[in-house]
Amino acid sequence: MPLPDVMLAVLWLGLTAYVLFAGADFGGGVWDLLAGGATAGQRQRDQIEHSIGPVWEANHVWLIFVIVMAWTGFPSVFAAIASTLYIPLTFAALGIIGRGAAFAFRKVSTRLWQRRLFGATFAFSSLATPFFLGTVAGAIASGRVPPGIARGDLIGSWVNPTSLVAGVLAIGTAAYLACVYLTRDAERAGHDDLAEAFRRRALGTGVVVGALSAAGLLVLRADAPGLFVALISGRALPLLLVSIIAGLASLLLLLWRAYVAVRLTAGLAVAGLLWGWGIGQYPWLLPGVSLGDAAATESVLAASLGSLAVGAFLLVPSMWWLYATFQRGRA
Amino acid sequence: MSHAITAEAGAALADLWAARMQMGVSLGWHIVLACLGVGMPAITLLAEWRGHRRGDQYYRLLARRWARAMGVLFAVGAVSGTILSFEMGLLWPGMMGVYGEVIGLPFALEGIAFFIEAIFLGLYLYAWDRLPPRAHLLTGIPIVVAGVASAFFVVCANAWMQHPVGFRVDDGRVVAVRPWAAMFNAAVPSMTTHMILAAFMVAGFGIASVYAVAMLRGRRDRYHRLGLLLPLTVAAIISPVQIYVGDWAARSVAEQQPVKLAAMEGVFTTARAVPLHLGGVMIDDRLRYSLEIPYGLSLLAHWNPDAEIRGLESVPPGDRPPVNIVHWSFQIMVGLGFALLALGAWLAWYWWRHRTMPRTRWFLRATAVSGVAAVAALECGWILTEVGRQPWIVYEVLRTADAVNPAPGLVYGFVLVAAIYVVLTVASVYVMRRLARDVPVPIAPQERDVSGYKVV
Ligand code: HDD
Ligand code: HEM
Ligand code: HEM
Repeated sequence: MPLPDVMLAVLWLGLTAYVLFAGADFGGGVWDLLAGGATAGQRQRDQIEHSIGPVWEANHVWLIFVIVMAWTGFPSVFAAIASTLYIPLTFAALGIIGRGAAFAFRKVSTRLWQRRLFGATFAFSSLATPFFLGTVAGAIASGRVPPGIARGDLIGSWVNPTSLVAGVLAIGTAAYLACVYLTRDAERAGHDDLAEAFRRRALGTGVVVGALSAAGLLVLRADAPGLFVALISGRALPLLLVSIIAGLASLLLLLWRAYVAVRLTAGLAVAGLLWGWGIGQYPWLLPGVSLGDAAATESVLAASLGSLAVGAFLLVPSMWWLYATFQRGRA
Repeated sequence: MSHAITAEAGAALADLWAARMQMGVSLGWHIVLACLGVGMPAITLLAEWRGHRRGDQYYRLLARRWARAMGVLFAVGAVSGTILSFEMGLLWPGMMGVYGEVIGLPFALEGIAFFIEAIFLGLYLYAWDRLPPRAHLLTGIPIVVAGVASAFFVVCANAWMQHPVGFRVDDGRVVAVRPWAAMFNAAVPSMTTHMILAAFMVAGFGIASVYAVAMLRGRRDRYHRLGLLLPLTVAAIISPVQIYVGDWAARSVAEQQPVKLAAMEGVFTTARAVPLHLGGVMIDDRLRYSLEIPYGLSLLAHWNPDAEIRGLESVPPGDRPPVNIVHWSFQIMVGLGFALLALGAWLAWYWWRHRTMPRTRWFLRATAVSGVAAVAALECGWILTEVGRQPWIVYEVLRTADAVNPAPGLVYGFVLVAAIYVVLTVASVYVMRRLARDVPVPIAPQERDVSGYKVV
């Protein structure tokens, strides 16, 4: 594979990891918001906090990774996206601040009003951040970010049917992944009633997200016909099918309470959608800008990818250790 | 018609100003947390190690306290850093769209360091009760290494903006990039060393001041004494080295950015045997009311009393940085550097004579303000570095005004971001103060993640 393609694939892998891991952390915040009153929701909130606590920072780094790879590998595309979409990206950045800081603050707070205040900030920004990031994805997918600096419509680029559906879909996916993961976490901790509650929600959100994705396809048909055609007939079709099948399988697995297996299929359903989009749009990054036009110099790609490959020898075992440590039951 | 054009230009100027302020505020904020992120893990590990080796419960308690604070500080540091990576594109697409790839390598490496840091932080903080003490101690080491490494990498990127090399521009596109040469440019050695040492000074003096305040309020037990002495010793050992490295930094500025040096020293006319100016204000291209040390600058910058120093007049007025800000930032940083050195020397001298820390309240008062002083020196150093580079964003290659996002409305973004940072500052200070006032052993029920491990 030529280096620009490798770079794009690595970037997309990073994005997938961000959506699957950090997405679930945001989803945890969404369920925190919906957990009910301070005493009634206490146990759910504890479970959520317990699951997110040790891993959210590592999960969050995937976003940094994606941003840095974008400006290293495709600088002009990065500049076009960031300058045209500066409004939703600013909101997303503020949401990230609110989420991370408030989560950490709440953890060390003891008084009820403090925990409420920080908790509300945490939960609200968990809702807002995926939404704004979703609108950015929608803007790119529907070809509303022209090349050049700040050439696109500052508002219309992200306030449009595709962006709005993508924003809501991002929240839905985050919430769905979160309760799928939380069922197993709760079960392992011996809280079977909590696991049941999360399972019911996973089923409900799964159906809603599935319906949303279908509606999203219809919106795409009207709003971004090019991508729609690629998704339903072109190279991207197999991935779309994988996503649909995995989504349906997840519902069944949830019905059967196969909480470990459903993690895999739920992840696959989301990843299928993401890669379907990527493959559907390939090789066009922005309207009129192909991968080849935008890619950085070979020497830069080689140096960064080479460093990442070496870094992976450190990262993969460390990450494995982190997740393994906290996925093991408490002895 | 012409009126409309000037109004538009005015709005664009306001947006440029807002973008610079936003960058300055968010960087100035992040850097404090980043310094704690670099320095605190090492100091905490030192305490944990001593506690483990000597079975001293006070050291172990201190390590626990500092780890708890680190959990909060790292979270805030991480999110404030994330905003920065957004802002590189949101505010400066003109730079990132062309040169993003040239400085991409250090940022990619920094990404690896962040992963390592975040992963092992998760293990260190949350697996305290799941790992044997020695293994737990070992999980802290990657945090220290990755923290220092990420400071190194990100300053490499900044150093490139000061001393851009390793690429050619052809028709608005960069070609022939040599990423390793760009990363290891000549400004890197002194800047990175100076930055990393600054991080340890900020963390060391910063933690010590918390305990100095507590001791001033009458809590003088062994726990508080050790909490003051350990970080203060670390910072005191580093202070003299830092002054030496600062001198090295000044000499590389003299070589690489003569205009910045002229602004730092308020030198207007190019001349030989230039004196060192202490204090003073630049009015109408002349530095007034300053104290002069004959030959000082020529000596310091080039080790030669007769060396030539380029003045600001050597470049057109539009290419000169704002002198007073740069000059005063430099003066304040150097002044504070020597003041902190004196504090460390006081401790060392007294310890050598009496084997204990100075008893007077003045020592505690000085230690109590040392944390603020170290942060102030740090901020001044960065303001000097960044404002002294103006009007260039990439020195002598790209102007800041040509790099800024031309989209309207950046002013509102700045107001919003500034407001959020005020709230974030208030909340962080409040939470940290509360943590500091807690009884030493965390007993809050939601703390079971960390408190399951019996310290005492
Ligand atoms: C605790 C913090 C601290 C202390 C005590 C000092 N510095 Fe500093 N200085 C910094 C923290 C700092 C910094 C971390 O803020 C900077 C900004 C960029 C950099 O690499 O380090 C800096 C930059 C900086 C620069 C500009 C480098 C550039 O633009 O490339 C010079 C010339 C000095 N310093 C010189 C000194 C001298 C002569 C000191 C002696 C007393 C000194 N510094 C103490
Ligand atoms: C390695 C890290 C850093 C990078 C990559 C970086 C990058 C930048 C960029 C892109 C700008 C905007 C362009 C310009 O005004 O020239 C800027 C400006 C600025 N930065 Fe930095 N910076 C770094 C560290 C810092 C730190 C730690 C501070 C702490 C105070 C700081 C303070 C400022 C200020 C005050 C400005 C505005 C200068 C002006 O416009 O007059 N920078 N920096
Ligand atoms: C001299 C300036 C800087 C230094 C020394 C520095 C150092 C650090 C360190 C040590 C951390 C991890 C510790 C913590 O979270 O508290 C950190 C976090 C971070 N920094 Fe900076 N940084 C600097 C400037 C910048 C700049 C200019 C950017 C982006 C353009 C940036 C982006 C980030 C990001 C994204 C994180 C979060 C990583 C995570 O999630 O763990 N930093 N920085």
